[in-house]
Amino acid sequence: MAVPGATASRSGLRSALPLLAPAYLWLTVAIFLPLSAMVFFSFMTDLPLSGKPWAFTLGNYAAFFSQSLYLTLLLASLRLGLEVTLWCVVIGYPAAYVLAKVLKGRSREAIFLLVILPFWSNGLVRIFSWAMVLREGGILDTALNAVLPFKINIDLMYSYPAVIIGLVHSYVPYMVLTCYLTLQAIDDSLIEAGRSLGASRLQVLKRVIIPLSLPGLVAGAALIFVPVVGSFMEPRILGGRTGTFYGTVIEDQFVAVFNWPLGAALSFILLAVVLVILAVAAPVLRRAA
Amino acid sequence: MAGVQVSNVSRSFGAHKALDDVSIDFADGGFYALLGPSGSGKTTLLRQIAGFDFPDSGRISIGGESVERVPVEKRRIGMVFQNYALFPNMSVADNVAFGLSVRGENKAVIASEVQRALDLVQLGKLGRRRPHQLSGGQRQRVALARAIVTKPRVLLLDEPLGALDKALRVDMQIELKRIQREIGITTIFVTHDQEEALTMSDRIGILRDGRLVQEGPPEEIYDRPKSEFAATFLGNANIFRGDATGNGIRLPDGTAIAAKVGDRLAGGAKASCAVRPERIRIATDAVVSDAADANMLKGKVSKRIFAGNNSTYFVERAGQTLKVIVQNTGADRLAEGQDVVLRWSPESTVLIAAG
Repeated sequence: MAVPGATASRSGLRSALPLLAPAYLWLTVAIFLPLSAMVFFSFMTDLPLSGKPWAFTLGNYAAFFSQSLYLTLLLASLRLGLEVTLWCVVIGYPAAYVLAKVLKGRSREAIFLLVILPFWSNGLVRIFSWAMVLREGGILDTALNAVLPFKINIDLMYSYPAVIIGLVHSYVPYMVLTCYLTLQAIDDSLIEAGRSLGASRLQVLKRVIIPLSLPGLVAGAALIFVPVVGSFMEPRILGGRTGTFYGTVIEDQFVAVFNWPLGAALSFILLAVVLVILAVAAPVLRRAA
Repeated sequence: MAGVQVSNVSRSFGAHKALDDVSIDFADGGFYALLGPSGSGKTTLLRQIAGFDFPDSGRISIGGESVERVPVEKRRIGMVFQNYALFPNMSVADNVAFGLSVRGENKAVIASEVQRALDLVQLGKLGRRRPHQLSGGQRQRVALARAIVTKPRVLLLDEPLGALDKALRVDMQIELKRIQREIGITTIFVTHDQEEALTMSDRIGILRDGRLVQEGPPEEIYDRPKSEFAATFLGNANIFRGDATGNGIRLPDGTAIAAKVGDRLAGGAKASCAVRPERIRIATDAVVSDAADANMLKGKVSKRIFAGNNSTYFVERAGQTLKVIVQNTGADRLAEGQDVVLRWSPESTVLIAAG
């Protein structure tokens, strides 16, 4: 009975294959091969490149559990990811709402451009710009002291807030974009229907708009949380001494200590933890949506 | 329940006057149609009554209470939208419950009221479905149940049947009318479908370019249109233009047309006469059969459209195409190209002052 449908999907797959092949080939070469090499490295005592003797070991993974430092840093990074994601929601969602539902035409395009602008600037330049703004005697400090009648010292450089500011700035456009897309798809007549039934604007927001835009919030949160947990550039440059996180430790293993196997092992532990978090969160969020 | 009074309401969007000094009195419990072409201001007027938008000037009152600056959520109205606007994230029952639940009613009351409303629209068993699992007609009913479950003072409908196919639309017209009678709610209904307006409403208001052209019961507007626009927008009409003679008009070619309905106009003024196509009798002979059919014109059939229960003849006469609708009585049909005589009575002729 199911034969016609089956042949249809099989012939559909056959015609889709030439279109899918380039993408899959590229993904295989660019991601799967290097990643497999890293999995391989993570089980070695040393890199096989320098001619030194090496053997298979589970020691790199054991290191994570034997030293509490790694777990502490991982938890700090998860907290960082959570905080940055929350700030992105707080800042990005209202902006997306205004873009999707309040502004029209030209002004919408202009504001939209301003929101995506950080995307088009180099990440490193962005971070060093923040360094100029946040340090003592920097732009923020000077500007505030020029305006305020009393003397204050603003030196956010090399602090946790500086890391948060830098990361939120880098990642908030993701939240604005994903939320904008779902908010824009909500028909204005749904909002009007809610109000005609006696709901205040806040009730309409809570019962209609937020539930309907939840997929955008979730997508934005996933796009932000995952890279932030592994981030190292912003913590290192803006955080200085306080900017030691799980990501910076992994980076150290690759560029400073040259212990690639440990770096690889720490990376895969992070990947596993993130996947577990997403897997646990997915059904809850899906039910809520 | 309450009546609605709209007094001298104007609303402009930039240079465009969407509503220009509109006054209508919607009596308590009546079923009103606001009829007009697109851009006539009918939806703008409905949105003013709903409270989505406020008038630049003028007054709106519901049940005697002045509401022109009261926001929609405080007006206690029910509204059905053209696209139904059901909340896709909620079940049918939750959609209907929305208005009661934002008001903070207790759960047992909500459940019984929701069931009652769903039963009223004959969807009692579909409460757990999602809107996307329903047909167009069912969604329409849910939207209606959701709008009336809160016991609003006025029910506002914005082209609610526009998205349905013809057969379903006729069913829903009957259904809507039944429900409206059952709960006796003042209902204001926006439509561009003249047939819908004629069959459903107690009174019709015709709008054009933001102005109220004419308002009254369907029979009155149909039988005694006060303008060429009202005559041609609500139903079909043959329009003759000429000079008023005191008891009718004289066409440019000298033919006199007698009219006994409508305005009394002094001789000499520009005027029109409107005649409904079904009021004209068509024949091949020129014998004056009875005095009642005092108006007579000769012409030639240019086209015939057969529609089963009736036929429409297009008759050419002095550069004008006249429409005549003849019931299918089985009598001989006229062929295209045939010379014919048209007759109708002055009682079927409406005299209209030139606008």
